Amino acid sequence: MKAKITITLKNGVLDPQGKAIEGALKGLGFDGVSDVRQGKEIELKLDETDEAAARAKAEDMCQKLLANPVMENYAIEITP
Amino acid sequence: MKASVIVFPASNCDRDVAVALEQATGQAPQMVWHGDSALPDTDFIALPGGFSYGDYLRCGAMASKSPIMRAVIDKANAGTPVLGICNGFQILCETGLLPGALLRNANLNFVCRTVSLRVENNQSIFTRGFEAGQYVDFPVAHHDGNFFADDATLDKLEGDGRVALRYVDNPNGSARNIAGVLNDAGNVFGLMPHPERVISPLLGGLDGAAFFKGVLEAAA
Repeated sequence: MKAKITITLKNGVLDPQGKAIEGALKGLGFDGVSDVRQGKEIELKLDETDEAAARAKAEDMCQKLLANPVMENYAIEITP
Repeated sequence: MKASVIVFPASNCDRDVAVALEQATGQAPQMVWHGDSALPDTDFIALPGGFSYGDYLRCGAMASKSPIMRAVIDKANAGTPVLGICNGFQILCETGLLPGALLRNANLNFVCRTVSLRVENNQSIFTRGFEAGQYVDFPVAHHDGNFFADDATLDKLEGDGRVALRYVDNPNGSARNIAGVLNDAGNVFGLMPHPERVISPLLGGLDGAAFFKGVLEAAA
């Protein structure tokens, strides 16, 4: 199975990179842009064939290493 | 005093900390590689500054999971003093030994200059070399020193006197100008500024020498 993990900063956590991107977009003339937030995406393959088991493993990885729950949220997508 | 300095791949202040510790104690510390799983007999542990694992994933994230850190966490929980400077502070937050996290600097700049700090709490073993309310000058050099924690955590840290050092002129956007925090038991301390870089007039100051002398006398 494949896991796609999307990690984003929690609401309320300042994202200066998102702010800089927003400023650059406005500089290019893109109007009406707000709340730009930058995150990251991690893809990995798992030997598991069971979706629930794969999800549980990815969840454990997020808790232990991939995300920092102090400042980040994560979402896991499992595909065959 | 048997001090240990943990060396991670891409630590770059490990030898500076070793010099500062040796100057303060008269004894060279043991340099311990991150891949080791056991610590030598030690009564003080320093996690140095640098860019361990190239700051991949998050600053300090990989280092916090390295084999030696399990032994460091056990020692910290048993009461051994543990000092984390800069990347060492980031690593301590990633292990959970210290609360909060260090985010990208609010101004997005890598900040490299000497900053003034106010000693908020001089009762800890790490700040006993100073007077309460004293101002000290330490250099900072970091891209991710913006201390973040939720308001409840910040209130608790302040209420318990665990904010030991505060920036006079906040260089990175840290919540409540926090430059250095203690754990609940007071034996773990993390700070972004570099006391090991001001241990001689030749290096631009002596405030760091007072820091290490105080810490090591208290820890001895």
